[in-house]
Amino acid sequence: MTTLRTVFRASRRSGRGLLAGLLTVLFLTPFYLMLRNALMDTKGLTTPHWTWWPTSMHWENFTALFSDPTLHMGQALGNSLVIAGITAPVSTLLASAAGYALARIPVPGRGVVLALVVATLMIPGSVTFVPTFVVVGALGGINTLWGIIAPGLFNPFAVLLFRNFYLQFPSEIEEAGRLDGLGWLGLYRRIALPSSGAMLASLGALAFIDSWNAFLWPLVVGQDPSAWTAQIALSTFLTSQTINLPGLFAGAVVTITPLVVMFLVAQRYIVEGIATSGLKG
Amino acid sequence: MKTAPRAIRPGGRTDPPPPPPPTTVKPARRPRTDRRAWAAFALLTGPMLLGLGVFKYLAIGWSFLLSLSQARGTITLGHWVGLDNYRTLLADPAFRGSLVQILLFTAFIVPVTFAASLGLALLVHRIRRGRAVLRTAFLIPTAVSYVAASLLWKMCLFNGLPSGIANMIGSWFGSSAVPWIQSTHPPLYWVVLVTLRLWLQVGFYMVLFLAGLQGIPRDVYEAAALDGATGLRLLRRITLPLLRNTSVAVLMLQFIAAFQAFDEFYNLFSSGLSGTGTAPVQTPLVYLYNTAMGDQDYGIGSAGAFLLTALIVCVTLLQGRITGFGKKEG
Repeated sequence: MTTLRTVFRASRRSGRGLLAGLLTVLFLTPFYLMLRNALMDTKGLTTPHWTWWPTSMHWENFTALFSDPTLHMGQALGNSLVIAGITAPVSTLLASAAGYALARIPVPGRGVVLALVVATLMIPGSVTFVPTFVVVGALGGINTLWGIIAPGLFNPFAVLLFRNFYLQFPSEIEEAGRLDGLGWLGLYRRIALPSSGAMLASLGALAFIDSWNAFLWPLVVGQDPSAWTAQIALSTFLTSQTINLPGLFAGAVVTITPLVVMFLVAQRYIVEGIATSGLKG
Repeated sequence: MKTAPRAIRPGGRTDPPPPPPPTTVKPARRPRTDRRAWAAFALLTGPMLLGLGVFKYLAIGWSFLLSLSQARGTITLGHWVGLDNYRTLLADPAFRGSLVQILLFTAFIVPVTFAASLGLALLVHRIRRGRAVLRTAFLIPTAVSYVAASLLWKMCLFNGLPSGIANMIGSWFGSSAVPWIQSTHPPLYWVVLVTLRLWLQVGFYMVLFLAGLQGIPRDVYEAAALDGATGLRLLRRITLPLLRNTSVAVLMLQFIAAFQAFDEFYNLFSSGLSGTGTAPVQTPLVYLYNTAMGDQDYGIGSAGAFLLTALIVCVTLLQGRITGFGKKEG
């Protein structure tokens, strides 16, 4: 009886292990295929004959990507880096500052301010692209990087998360700081901000990912190649009439590599951020 | 460096003093810290409020007025047409069709993603060795953009060539190569859409479920196991009820994400390499993009944005209602 049960349990466990292994392979295969295709030539990709391994390595697909003048891949990658590089820290800091004030500074009427922030959460982001386009257009932001960056700097959701975080902040530490003569701004900058490193890192990483992968808004604002992001350049390449399959896959590899590397390095923070923030999007 | 120490306000946090009237000169007895608190508050929240004011409140107000005007190729107000834009939109079969499409898509993708992410979370939670590897494998597609994933799905996994992976696997079972994205009868493009979204999103929701699972105390299971509950019963009676809050949040997020689908529809079905010309499906956001950006009709575009927002709010409320009923029962 007991032996039967242990056998049963062990088989169930190994069944789970088998399933887990299969799923892991399934989830990682697309990455491999992307890389494989990026290193093949057009002929190898279009023959009906399937090969798992490229017959010859075509590293020049990657260099061709940057020398093709119609693609603007180099500039687009640079734009993406600037956009995500500004959006991630600035939006996180702005949210942390507002969250701190809403949690800790007891001024009358802050409930109204909080309500004003929360109300903007009601309307889903990508639905507002027409209204936002109207305003950014009126301000002269079309085809500029700041036009792509500016609307993404104000994240009401992150404000709420930071507010919750600072609400739980022990007040003894603040009292100590106040004895040392710190004002509200000093308390935020010297005590609250430095102790929210994990929050800053996780929300910053999430903001970087969102900003790097954003598609609809950059597509709307950056119509001129000078304002293309990496995603727009890749999409234009994908929907154009020229057929350069290996180049396309090389482009995909180039646009996802920075994020995948960041993901692997900062995984703990990102998981923590997703898990604690819960409602992101 | 140090400034003169200031008196600590007793009970300042719990019992804030009344607001100073902003226009009058301050009375002499009001504590100085009060004004400082105001200044600090304004400085810390100011940028956020200004940004939300311009990019949310101003944008939505302006756009609402535009939705009531004829605004072709212009974003200036003035030519009032009342509700004409809304009427035009609702009379357009393409727009109505896009609404039907998104409802169908949502009704299909939400339960599938929900079940898949919960299943993966249970698997990762229970596995003993290699949990970190497994979690990473499921989570890493989250870092990939819809554009890059659409490319891979359209050009490699589900292309119409016999060498496409899906067709290759099909050929092992004797079926001939099919053009996945162009096939609407039967709707094979559906397979492409659903698998793409699953690959990209399932890891994200899995992490939410994992966090929820870790919050369930072990002794709850031990007590249930003593009562003789096993396997599916444990899942149905213990795990799922205790995950209710997470489940509601995940459902809400998945609904909103499905309604905002744009990237993969745009990239999979736009003409170009696929050679389809007309897309088999169009989501409301794709329709809006074509109207606002293609036709430069910002009046119609704004009206569409408001209709879509109303629809999302309705569905979210309805869903809250339904899950709220479930709450009473438990």
